[in-house]
Amino acid sequence: MAQKIGVLALQGAVAEHIRCLQEVGAEAVAVKRTEELNELDGLVIPGGESTTIGKLMRKYGFIEAIQAFHAQGKPLFGTCAGLIVLAKEIENGEEAHLGLMDMTVVRNAFGRQRESFETELDIKGIDEPVRAVFIRAPLIGRVGEGVDVLSVYKDEIVAAREGTLLAASFHPELTDDYRLHAYFVDMVREASQAKANA
Amino acid sequence: MLETGTSRVKRGMAEMQKGGVIMDVMNAEQAKIAEAAGATAVMALERVPSDIRAAGGVARMGDPTILEEVMKVVSIPVMAKARIGHYVEARVLEALGADYIDESEVLTPADDIYHIDKREFTVPFVCGAKDLGEALRRIQEGAAMLRTKGEPGTGNIVEAVRHMRLIMSQIRKVQGLSKDELYHEAKNLAVNYELLLDVHESGKLPVVNFAAGGVATPSDAALMMHLGADGVFVGSGIFKSDSPEKFARAIVEATTHYTDYKLIAEVSKNLGAPMKGIEISKLAPHERMSDRGN
Repeated sequence: MAQKIGVLALQGAVAEHIRCLQEVGAEAVAVKRTEELNELDGLVIPGGESTTIGKLMRKYGFIEAIQAFHAQGKPLFGTCAGLIVLAKEIENGEEAHLGLMDMTVVRNAFGRQRESFETELDIKGIDEPVRAVFIRAPLIGRVGEGVDVLSVYKDEIVAAREGTLLAASFHPELTDDYRLHAYFVDMVREASQAKANA
Repeated sequence: MLETGTSRVKRGMAEMQKGGVIMDVMNAEQAKIAEAAGATAVMALERVPSDIRAAGGVARMGDPTILEEVMKVVSIPVMAKARIGHYVEARVLEALGADYIDESEVLTPADDIYHIDKREFTVPFVCGAKDLGEALRRIQEGAAMLRTKGEPGTGNIVEAVRHMRLIMSQIRKVQGLSKDELYHEAKNLAVNYELLLDVHESGKLPVVNFAAGGVATPSDAALMMHLGADGVFVGSGIFKSDSPEKFARAIVEATTHYTDYKLIAEVSKNLGAPMKGIEISKLAPHERMSDRGN
């Protein structure tokens, strides 16, 4: 059976993630209400503006709902703004959103839009480099002990995994390279199987 | 190898704005209010469109200090307007660090024939369009995001509705054409055949298209989303209303949940008066901003 994965649809690049997830064989749906989380095996928090997404998450009860979703062992994948939303700590004292992943993120770390870029990037667990699009991207300044660093760009951490949490500074959803989505769908499948066996 | 200013980086930036509200602000104070209300970006201006209408005369790029002070106080992207065809205003805004440039008919056009060659820039551009031909011509010139022109500063949604409906209906028509008919349609619309073929095959524009020009209430924003907008620009509608903070928050929520009518009802309560509007037929031809640029 295909894994059913939601994409948090409060704001941002939702349709792109849905397309990528479908390309790798998952069933993908947009999520606008907390009750829609119940039927899902995993959730993507897309790129967008983290301040906007964070505010709307608070307003509609998504902070507690996604924390509970995570506590059930269901995987989460955050890209760009989604990575910021997952972090335990945001540099410069801004209030954390979900506060789940043991890392400190630096927002707009590469500068303004004119400094946004794309490049080839090596990712642990993926054979050939991926095309990575960085848009006013954050980076991971510090990671805790349980966090596995998946990718480094110019000495800065840009992708990481902690158990069922996956985060990337860049936007795999803006390319036709679906390998990072396939990686996440594998995580979701493993988590569902682990749960079924328990 | 690192590449900046690619089409993917420019268009991708607009993709990240989808489902969001971009608000016009005239100073740091307003920018903070907009960010706190959940705006996905702000447009830093010297005057909002309704004030430009009232002031008359030539409207130009704003004083750079306004853009600088707004960039200093918010972490969301900051956009700014250059006059149609005014290459140097656009270069100045790029040098200042604006995250997006609006080549805008709200300002008095600097060139009555040519738009800026936007492909030459690292910073991305958004442009207005009334119909599919205009939309695709702007994309040919390098625009990475579009918006309806609407009729800015009127608080009257009718023109934005007209433009969005026309563009969506023209896309549906193009989808249904045969390949040989597409050549003729490309000529009709004065656009590149390859670009039109892309619309024919995908059934959508290759860049994000927001609504702009007349959005004054949460329901206006939701209506534009319903008609197919990817997000909403609000110009005079927020800071010319009775309570900007409340209007800003309400329009953000109505844009996210545009099909949740109970929620829109809830956020529309006790907002006070929206901006005072203008009936379009009361505008003299020279006062119609949407006729500028083609």
